[in-house]
Amino acid sequence: MAAFQFTVNGKPVSVALDNEETPLLDVLRNELGLMGTRFGCGLEQCGCCMVLIDGQPEKCCTKPTWSVAGKHVTTVEGLGSPERPHPLQQAFIDEQAGQCGYCLSGILISAKALLEKNPSPTRSQIALALDGNICRCGSHNRILRAVEKAAAVMLGDV
Amino acid sequence: MNTLPGPLNDNPRLDLWVSFPEAGKVAVNTGRVELGQGVLTAMAQIAADELDVAMTRVTVRSGATDHMPNEGYTAGSQSIQFGGLAMGQACADVRALFLDSAAKVLGCSADELSVRDGKFLRNGAATGQDYWTLAGAVDLAVNASGQAKRKAAADLTFVGRSSARTDLPAKLFGEPVFIHDMRLAGMKHARVVRQPNRAATIGTIDVDAIRRAAKGPISFVRSGDFLAIVGDDEHAVELAGAAAVNHVTWEHVETPTPLQQEANWLLQRPVVDRLLGSPEPVDAQGKQRFEATYSRGYLAHASISPSCGLAEFRDGHLTVWTHCQGVFPLRGALARMLKLEAKAITVHHVQGSGCYGHNGADDAAADAAVIALQMPGTPIRVRWRREEEFIHEPKSPAMLVKVRALVDAAGKPADWTAEIWSGNHNGRPGGGNALLAGYALPDQEPFPQAGEVPEAVGGGATRNADPLYDIADKRIIHHMVTETPVRVSALRGLGAMPNVFALECAIDELAERAGVDPVAYRLSIVSDPRARAVIEHVAAMAKWQANAPGGDGRGRGIAFARYKNRAAYSAVVVDLEVDDEIRLRHVWCATDAGLAVNPDGAINQLEGGIIQSASWVLKEQVRLDNGPASLDWDSYPVLKFSEVPEIAVALINPTQSDMPLGVGEATAGPTAAAIGNAVSHALGSRIRDLPLTRERIMTSLLK
Repeated sequence: MAAFQFTVNGKPVSVALDNEETPLLDVLRNELGLMGTRFGCGLEQCGCCMVLIDGQPEKCCTKPTWSVAGKHVTTVEGLGSPERPHPLQQAFIDEQAGQCGYCLSGILISAKALLEKNPSPTRSQIALALDGNICRCGSHNRILRAVEKAAAVMLGDV
Repeated sequence: MNTLPGPLNDNPRLDLWVSFPEAGKVAVNTGRVELGQGVLTAMAQIAADELDVAMTRVTVRSGATDHMPNEGYTAGSQSIQFGGLAMGQACADVRALFLDSAAKVLGCSADELSVRDGKFLRNGAATGQDYWTLAGAVDLAVNASGQAKRKAAADLTFVGRSSARTDLPAKLFGEPVFIHDMRLAGMKHARVVRQPNRAATIGTIDVDAIRRAAKGPISFVRSGDFLAIVGDDEHAVELAGAAAVNHVTWEHVETPTPLQQEANWLLQRPVVDRLLGSPEPVDAQGKQRFEATYSRGYLAHASISPSCGLAEFRDGHLTVWTHCQGVFPLRGALARMLKLEAKAITVHHVQGSGCYGHNGADDAAADAAVIALQMPGTPIRVRWRREEEFIHEPKSPAMLVKVRALVDAAGKPADWTAEIWSGNHNGRPGGGNALLAGYALPDQEPFPQAGEVPEAVGGGATRNADPLYDIADKRIIHHMVTETPVRVSALRGLGAMPNVFALECAIDELAERAGVDPVAYRLSIVSDPRARAVIEHVAAMAKWQANAPGGDGRGRGIAFARYKNRAAYSAVVVDLEVDDEIRLRHVWCATDAGLAVNPDGAINQLEGGIIQSASWVLKEQVRLDNGPASLDWDSYPVLKFSEVPEIAVALINPTQSDMPLGVGEATAGPTAAAIGNAVSHALGSRIRDLPLTRERIMTSLLK
């Protein structure tokens, strides 16, 4: 059994694993009880499992846990809370951006990464940044509007 | 005469629908389940209005086989149109019973009383009585009378106004709201080693190889040809499940070929034939003949999450958690498969991702139940692998539709035939069909040949094949293909998408032959005022230019349908560009849904239908290549963010109707046909087979 230390949403964690290749997604959900990061494909195709690793958006359904040792992981639970929502979460509520909601955790993470790199993206830049996330319900335009709105809020334009 | 709305007639006891569990709170139960369509929010709006309480007081519980109304399936755009009607009447009846009780307590006439946020007022003054002070005195274990008057539209506070979805915030904060997030004490994870096809039997199992691949402790559960892997560590079970595909051999394996993935394979197959309408005239009666053939391949639901089910068998009782669309039909199918009495089974709905129809949800629940029965006292969680979902979820059948029309001297259709070849859209377990595990288990009763969805509820392969246009004589010839190369069942709209595609493309072809603009042509042959209104409205939204020249790679198309000819009316205009592939630019949609309970919720559904239909039309077809070849999101691509057009949706209610019409599936057909018509306009030649792939565009350009 091997133990790995890293931080999740700013809190240090230590995880002991029989199989050190166990994906970060399984560790988040089954060891740490953080269910916000969702399983969609296990193939790094759909983006439901998007997290930030040292600030970079990465799909974690196949990412071995050993590879994040010493790194900082941010999940959707680390964005905001009902009491203190992140501007993205508030904008998604304002725009009613979602249907089933299963893809939204990963989309929020991708959007956060985009806005950190590019605080005032165009709609097509947002769309391209979200092309690694699949939404099957067809909430795309609401999601694009929500990200635009959050960007404006974060820039203080609203 | 009984005037109760259908679901209330089936479940008349009022305490099945409404209760007052604690001071200041109202709980209402609906048999409709949340699939991401916002039904729980809409039900809360309806209940709050009819009971005169704030929406925040209302909790909506849904989808369980204990103490809940049985409303069958959450499907067919019927939740609000019928389920909402039942909810509203049940709440109105409950309010009336409480008003009678309050009148007795206060020694006055009920006519003097009104309700404000749950409190009873007498001629506008406080009485000290409310639902909760009287809850002990009012017996709701009585049948609905249906006598209480529903509120007039003008008196509604919540219904008809957009309301934020009650379920959305928890999803945005990453809370464990999905069935995939459930963890029960002592629970084990499981994966099933799936039969490649229903007749396949297990040959050999390389147990050692599977154990090695797991890299952790696992055990096996087997019953006949049902084989599952169980363990405490989900990753070990997942690895074992994936490895087992290569370490279990099967006998009697079928290998469907690429030919079988195409709709024209359906011709010359064994069929059950029906004629709906008058026989087709042999003689053209001096009119021009029109004939064209349209088709579509098999489609996957392709839910974003693979299916998941949990089950626990304890003290002789089986409890099942599922994200399926019908907990009561699933319970019946489980009872039959597992040889248990229905009363020994409780089924609870827990949200999954959007399903858009009958995906693997019921089967995953059945998998968990089979394993749980073999491991009493241990909760079992089965989560399908992505590949498993793509291969084994029931598909929407391929369809081939021949349209034949006789056209009069004015260029209008006088006689119309839709001849349809399709597999069955009704593979749901409640219809007597097998759950997937049922094909693998020993000692199962033979499964009856599934019948198609009855015309009384909108039909399956025939759905929307009957044009709403003014045509003197029309008919549907339905060839139900009894054996299909993939398992088939219900997907959003059933046959409506391919039928509306065929019918509305044919209408455009007739307009072109007549030399009339497509909007003007439609208006010249439809007299239903609500149909005319949506067509005229969408044309105005899109600033439709009559007889705009096409053929330069930019195209515009329109299409219209009233879903099932009994739900919402939708007309759609699409702008697009075509070179070697299609880029959607803009979609406009006008929909008459009557009284929309939650207008923004309805618009969200209509937009979703437009995007999903666009994805079907541009990209989607289940591929077969000596076995399933659509296995993941690379081999079954769907529309991406950068490919989605701008969309404008307008809800109109030209007749000021106070009756809601179902919207969930209303845009799928018109969007498909509007894209088809726009592509034809852009290319100057028509593609009649879906999806509109690069190969088909190139072939069309070379004609």
